[in-house]
Amino acid sequence: MISRTEYNELNAKLAPKSKEGRTLLFAFLVGGLICMIGQGFSDLFKLLLPKSDEKVIGQLTSTAMIFLGALLTGFGIYDRIGKYAGGGSIIPITGFANSVVSPAMEYRSEGMIFGVMCKMFVVAGPIIVSGIASSVAVGFVYRLIGAIK
Amino acid sequence: MLLTYLQVFLVGGAVCMLGQLLINLTKMTSAKILVTFLLIGVLLEAIGVFDEIKDFAHAGITIPITGFGSTLAKGAIEGVEKEGLLGALTGGMKAAAAGLSSAIFFGFVISLIFKAKTKV
Repeated sequence: MISRTEYNELNAKLAPKSKEGRTLLFAFLVGGLICMIGQGFSDLFKLLLPKSDEKVIGQLTSTAMIFLGALLTGFGIYDRIGKYAGGGSIIPITGFANSVVSPAMEYRSEGMIFGVMCKMFVVAGPIIVSGIASSVAVGFVYRLIGAIK
Repeated sequence: MLLTYLQVFLVGGAVCMLGQLLINLTKMTSAKILVTFLLIGVLLEAIGVFDEIKDFAHAGITIPITGFGSTLAKGAIEGVEKEGLLGALTGGMKAAAAGLSSAIFFGFVISLIFKAKTKV
């Protein structure tokens, strides 16, 4: 038998750790599963469109996954998965779709322009800005290296 | 075939778990996590390692946001090869156009059709 204070101390020491372990496990399982679904789409498109090159297949796969993420967010399912999966639902491309749809839906009451269209980019904005800015920088550096050579 | 899916699962799961580990350790918001992994993807593509990882992991590395970063960087590099300096500006967007436009289009349409039920 342990006293109440001892129990509380023990609980404080153990609880966050086991919770952290669980979030890691869920992130791994859900993230891996979402990636397998993506691979499934990719293989399906390859089967349906055998003449297409890899780029087209990749674009179709992203589009399908983004549609899936947006739709599941619309039904309120994705955010429920996100409660358990954390990084497992944030990091896949479906999470990018979720980050667009979720705030757009939530702020709809603030109007079409300032609610939906502005808030769509609360999370997606930084991603687009950092992605495009860094890719342009990569292109410039690549050109520079080519010029030196 | 089955082995491929196992590789996809393991690498994709590991990438997401790494993200969750960052969230647990640093309390980073999802926007910061996404930007971090996107930039990792850009970097891996820029130094030419991404394709090698992709050969093994397939969707395990392209479905996470790292794949989006790689697409942008690869587009910019190919743009420079085809059109010179201008290609650095046009290449990334062109390559990522499908993903960007579909996120904006589906996002907009779905936020009009559905009403928010769950509090985020």
